[in-house]
Amino acid sequence: MGMHIAHIMASCMGGIRTSGDLVAWMQMTRKMRIHEAKAYVAEKLDVGIIDLTDEEIMREIRKDLGIGTVTSIAGGPKGIRAKCKIAELLDINIRSVALFKSQMGFPGS
Amino acid sequence: MSNDIVTRMGDGERVQLSAEDIREDIRAGTADAAKRAGVPELTAEEQERLFDIVADPSRIVSVNPGEEVIVTDDGCTMSFYSGQDGGGVGVPLSRMQAVLTYERACGADTTSLGHSDYSYKPVKPIINFEANDYYNTSMMTTAPFFYGAQPNLGLYFQPDGPCPNAAELMPMGKIDEARRAQEEAAGHLTKDLVFVGRRLADVGLEGLNLDTSGSAGDADFMAALQAVAELKRKVPDLPILMGASGEFVLGMHGEVAYEGTRLAGLYPQDQVKVIETAGADIAGVAISTATTESLPYNLSRAVTFVKAASEASHIPVHANVGMGVCGIPMMEQPPIDSVTRVSKALVQLGKADGL
Repeated sequence: MGMHIAHIMASCMGGIRTSGDLVAWMQMTRKMRIHEAKAYVAEKLDVGIIDLTDEEIMREIRKDLGIGTVTSIAGGPKGIRAKCKIAELLDINIRSVALFKSQMGFPGS
Repeated sequence: MSNDIVTRMGDGERVQLSAEDIREDIRAGTADAAKRAGVPELTAEEQERLFDIVADPSRIVSVNPGEEVIVTDDGCTMSFYSGQDGGGVGVPLSRMQAVLTYERACGADTTSLGHSDYSYKPVKPIINFEANDYYNTSMMTTAPFFYGAQPNLGLYFQPDGPCPNAAELMPMGKIDEARRAQEEAAGHLTKDLVFVGRRLADVGLEGLNLDTSGSAGDADFMAALQAVAELKRKVPDLPILMGASGEFVLGMHGEVAYEGTRLAGLYPQDQVKVIETAGADIAGVAISTATTESLPYNLSRAVTFVKAASEASHIPVHANVGMGVCGIPMMEQPPIDSVTRVSKALVQLGKADGL
């Protein structure tokens, strides 16, 4: 268990603490290499590459965009609600979101 | 006072080596990998950078800001609630609680769900249970959420499975029979991988991880490749991570091929190409750790292999960094000093897109 946390501290982008989940989506859905994926997400967020792993910057961005923050804000989007916004923000298909929208009868689903 | 540098052996034992010995181990490690795989050795500058990482006096090291990569996992969340034989710490959490803890308390880039056996075959009869858990948890997670397990061809041989046991036939000299048994088993395995993948895809699966592919040899690796291709035909938008199990594909069959490429003996720089050809979105590479060699030796080998694979690939390459692979010591509790050195070196010098 500690081994995973050590890797996260040493090399990981930080998941929803920063923008790691967003960059991971681009690797998964568009086969983007790490530098391309980071550049894509940075452009979508209008920030620099270095900002993508800066908690102080990314926290406010995530809060403002409603894409989930690591600390739990009452009423703040998390889970599937946040992923709906992430799919829209990154212009990607997230399969759980597509299913959820089809079940909810959202327009365009 | 000694000027020796504290490092580790491949079994985790703490040792003190001179700077000269560490540099020699780095030279020997990269030379061994280069010779085996037919790839370039690390340059003198890269070897010196690796020395700096290994010799760093800090207990923990890391990449520089801006160099971070994506960390995927192979059932890490199971380590919260499982026991010793799963590397687990035995905390009484549900699967969903473990996934959300990993996402939110640990800040993982991706999370995953897997069956305790961590093989696909046992998932088949309980697919509805797994689909329910996956669906419910996917409504709660924000980060990408994989379902993962190992193809594990070994489970298809008698007495655990329906096919004659290839490992028993070969010592009897029944090579053709052993090959036929592996081909038959591979057919079953591919069907099961596709079955599980499709059923999970029906409940919104965000990503499938075929982890440790090829653990039973080249027929195992072939079955996984065929499953990836079939799943991509049937569910084109399903992201798939296919990870290998060793630095070369074991030739237990010896003759099976995928799209014209013989699989036995493939090294990472060629493994990633066939994984890419099959249609996977991320390729995982695994390099063996020798327990009787030092961390600098093992890490130098791993970096050499991973760098070659990263350069050869057009899709993201994630280096497998669990116990006993890619330079991580082969033990139950890999020391954090060695884990972080492996992490940093594979990103900075191996040019991995993720771990």
